[in-house]
Amino acid sequence: MSFDDIKLLLTDKFGEAVVLGEERTGMQPALLIAPDRIADVCLELRNNPKTYFDFLSCLTGMDYGVDDGRFGVVYHLASIPYHLQLTLKVSRLNDRNEDNLPSFPSVSGVYRTADWHEREAYDLVGIFFEGHPDLRRILLPDDWEGYPLRKDYQAAEYYKGIKID
Amino acid sequence: MKRHCLVPRNDGKKNRLETTSKYNEALQSYHKKIAEASVEDMVLNMGPQHPSTHGVLRLELITDGEIVKEVIPHVGYLHRCFEKHAESLTYQQTIPFTDRLDYLASMNNSHAWVMGVEKMLGIDKDIPKRVEYIRVLVCELNRIASHLIAIGTYGIDIGAFTPFLWCFRDREHVMGMLEWASGSRMLYNYIWVGGLFYDLPVGFEERCREFVEYFKPKMVELNQLLTDNQIFINRTANVGVLPLDVAINCGCSGPVLRGSGLKYDLRRIDNYSVYPELEFDVPIGTGAMGTTGDCWDRYKVRVDEIDQSLRMVEQCLDRLQKELKRTPDFDPRAKLPRKITPKAQDYYARCEGAKGELGFYFVADGRTEVPFRAKARGPSFNNLSVLPEISKGVMIADLIAIIGSIDFVLGEVDR
Repeated sequence: MSFDDIKLLLTDKFGEAVVLGEERTGMQPALLIAPDRIADVCLELRNNPKTYFDFLSCLTGMDYGVDDGRFGVVYHLASIPYHLQLTLKVSRLNDRNEDNLPSFPSVSGVYRTADWHEREAYDLVGIFFEGHPDLRRILLPDDWEGYPLRKDYQAAEYYKGIKID
Repeated sequence: MKRHCLVPRNDGKKNRLETTSKYNEALQSYHKKIAEASVEDMVLNMGPQHPSTHGVLRLELITDGEIVKEVIPHVGYLHRCFEKHAESLTYQQTIPFTDRLDYLASMNNSHAWVMGVEKMLGIDKDIPKRVEYIRVLVCELNRIASHLIAIGTYGIDIGAFTPFLWCFRDREHVMGMLEWASGSRMLYNYIWVGGLFYDLPVGFEERCREFVEYFKPKMVELNQLLTDNQIFINRTANVGVLPLDVAINCGCSGPVLRGSGLKYDLRRIDNYSVYPELEFDVPIGTGAMGTTGDCWDRYKVRVDEIDQSLRMVEQCLDRLQKELKRTPDFDPRAKLPRKITPKAQDYYARCEGAKGELGFYFVADGRTEVPFRAKARGPSFNNLSVLPEISKGVMIADLIAIIGSIDFVLGEVDR
């Protein structure tokens, strides 16, 4: 199944509004999905017998830079029976206030592997996932301040009164 | 009883945990769960220094007597900030950092990183065949070394000491050869974008052939000692059964996925580098001693993969000694680009590491030599996340067997 067929399949099922656009400049084309529908889209792609994207290879939390003001998540799906790969992207504008994290629906109900990947994206980039069963920090301590992979992150000098070298 | 408490800061400002409670519901419910564990249940900490966790992993167990009711893994003790580092170093400078992900099979890591960068630069077709064969040769040798550690330490987890010594004795030969080629023992920095650090030393092929001849009977001995040992089978068969659908859904890859019976190997699926020119089989778990996907199956897949890697090493040596001979004017760094500036794009490169699918997601902005974002997808991270799933209701001693059979490296979990 080609990239265009997958796009057609999604727009047939969910309507035109679900695909916000596409990126074809790189070697791996990507579909830009409406942020609120990403979990439905993943469920459909996993269960549809024409695609069977049953393997979530990678989930990346993205900070597109201070000027851009956008946060996003990139999903790399793989279909084991059909040997296909697909990239999905969602993104949202955000004002970088830590009391108001960018938030996307969790796909951990579709792919259980997303559980830890989303925890990592929350931990390092500061993205909130609605409906995640256990969204705690995973690599850093629970009381760490700030999200280190954000582009405006200032490296902490002290942690609990201990100087960080 | 409250066992954990978060100390408020004393500098007047409010703690982040107090101000943004919306984002801390999960943390609070976790603390509640641990605090409210019933009196009969025990909350046990396994690690961070437990020998079977090969380093720095803490498992929080809620147990009823000797039965494990729940496992909560805590990772992050080794967090080396690979992704943060990669955002401030050039593509070439990051290669030594990729070596430290899966430090037991670091050739595979640099191979994955380098392949991704070469694909983005569009020079992946120009790499000389001799370079490609040397890369595959050292990767497969490194895979053998990694699987030998997995098998040897698995023996020790179960309580057998001799296989550990035998495996480390044989691994030492591989380490010696790779050290001869690259100059360092574990973190090689040997595969570079566009070539290699150096050609193989003179006499490497002959010595490698000697090793293969020496090593083959040793594997037969090891199988007699450990694989077919009735005590070992009793401890591992039907323990920690991982059904195939759970394995796929949890993102397992490598020997853990193949142990559950799926023939899925990226060396065959993606056909990268010169793997399509080599003959080898993909071993899978068959449930010969118990259920498909149990600890014994995962262990056996690794033993069989060593045999397949030996086959590949022999084929590489054949080509390197006959068609792609060393010539005095051969320069493994000839294709090295002077400046590595890929055009603005994002690319996900994946390859089959010793533990499973190792992926790198690059975002290049097209202006600098530094990646805008580099995400590493370590196979051990996903393989470890299946642990709470398959260790419900087992005995504590079986939990050790399950952890060993997953064979994760914490450098790849925390990155």
